[in-house]
Amino acid sequence: MEHQALIPHLFRTEAGRITAVLCRNFGLEHIGAAEDITSETFMAALETWPYKGIPENPAAWLHAVAKNKARNYLARHQRFTGKVAPRLREDGASTIPETEIDLSDNNITDSQLQMLFAICHPAIPVEAQIALALRILCGFGIGEIAHAFLVSPDTISKRLTRAKEKLRTAKDLPVFPSGQEINNRLDAVLLTLYLLFNEGCYSETQDTVLREDLCLEAMRLTYLLLGNNSTNQPEVNALLALMCFHASRFPARKDRQGGIILYHDQDESRWDAALIAKGAEFLHRASTGNRVSRYHLEASIAYWHTIRTDSEEKWENILQLYNQLLTIAYSPVAALNRTFALSKTKGKPEAIKAAVKLQLTDNPYYHALLGELYVDIDNAQARKHFETAHALAGTAGDKRVLQTRLDALADQGEHAAKNSGLP
Amino acid sequence: MKEFMLIFRHEDGARVASPEQIQVWMKQTMDWLGGIAAQNRLVSQGNGLSFGDSRVVRHGNIVTNGPFGEIKETIGGYVIVQAESVEEAVEFAKGSPVLQGEGNSVEVRPIAGH
Repeated sequence: MEHQALIPHLFRTEAGRITAVLCRNFGLEHIGAAEDITSETFMAALETWPYKGIPENPAAWLHAVAKNKARNYLARHQRFTGKVAPRLREDGASTIPETEIDLSDNNITDSQLQMLFAICHPAIPVEAQIALALRILCGFGIGEIAHAFLVSPDTISKRLTRAKEKLRTAKDLPVFPSGQEINNRLDAVLLTLYLLFNEGCYSETQDTVLREDLCLEAMRLTYLLLGNNSTNQPEVNALLALMCFHASRFPARKDRQGGIILYHDQDESRWDAALIAKGAEFLHRASTGNRVSRYHLEASIAYWHTIRTDSEEKWENILQLYNQLLTIAYSPVAALNRTFALSKTKGKPEAIKAAVKLQLTDNPYYHALLGELYVDIDNAQARKHFETAHALAGTAGDKRVLQTRLDALADQGEHAAKNSGLP
Repeated sequence: MKEFMLIFRHEDGARVASPEQIQVWMKQTMDWLGGIAAQNRLVSQGNGLSFGDSRVVRHGNIVTNGPFGEIKETIGGYVIVQAESVEEAVEFAKGSPVLQGEGNSVEVRPIAGH
């Protein structure tokens, strides 16, 4: 790999590791310094490698440079606390002990886990948690995060600055929580990873490579949780299973132009069988304990979607899982999907009755669902709902899909008119 | 929006159902609850109240084995829903599979303080 391509690649993989380890050493109040040292390290690589050549082990080179810079920082800091601070304070004791920067694999993993739990602090809004995770743990650039969320880089910068300020001032950080505290914080960690993954699946950005990167980072961090005994819990396995099942369809959901291919039109042979098998394994491991989390239910639903052939059993199971999911966690998406499953088990007229009660009239997918349900029952109603959905749809991709549904209805209408002898 | 408790009353709580029958009831109950939850109107799916190992403590601290025999109706469980009015809560209640049993009923009670 040439250095032009190698450095961004290394940045993605190494920056988060270095920052996490440094934060663990310095304490979270020095998060800014840790990030500065990481970017200075990469600057040094950019300046040196083009002239001296790429070192034999680029990651080790980066680690060595980061260690040196960290030592210098600590020494400076110690001089300040040792010489300057005593004049300001009465007790005069230095608070920063001599520390060795440990960039071993084990310590990297532990530091990243700690960082993940620190980021998911209750005082930080969820959207900022996701941005922080991407920035600090996944090495994403401000521009990339802004691109993924479809907001300006300025907005992301502000969001990150506010969140880091919260982290700096929060006193109960950044130790890896233990016992009950892990359970308390784990819910927030899992939600952040779940939303990060969803952002990758449903982000409105057209950049598919970036979207898949978001999903893969979410999976990497979830996998990290499984490597630690205290966080290797059933719902974490369930979340990873869910991610594997969804990710198995990534190769099949893009056409040559990068457009989205809907589930029903996908080429099943392009689904990743190995990833489906992995998902099944994680779901199996999740089946212990007596708590059924939303991730268990969503993973089971995703599992049934890896079986292409429709059967009564498949849709009855999906319906029951959505019933359970909705009773513990309502969401409009789950409500709409449940109604679709209902149409598969009890028929379209029954599903229409249930759909109308959902009253999600501002939601484009609500009208898309009603459109689908009315096809062949009342095509005028179907057209009306598809048109409303088209008007409400937020992305060009969704509008395109809805337009094909409208075109298909129009063709069908023409066909029917011809057969009935009308002009 | 107000909250209402839907209380299931069974005419003969002691009657033992077959596992197959229980499975059918479970599925029907979940279809019903899922429909309410899909409208974001389910506040709590409550708790089922078991008939086994139950006692009734009466005036004078007289303890009897369960409410069966002397009381005709027993409570099988409850759920809490959100509704605009008691009429709407009644519409939710009408879908309960408990009502398939002829002597059974669902009592709709507004929760005080809401």
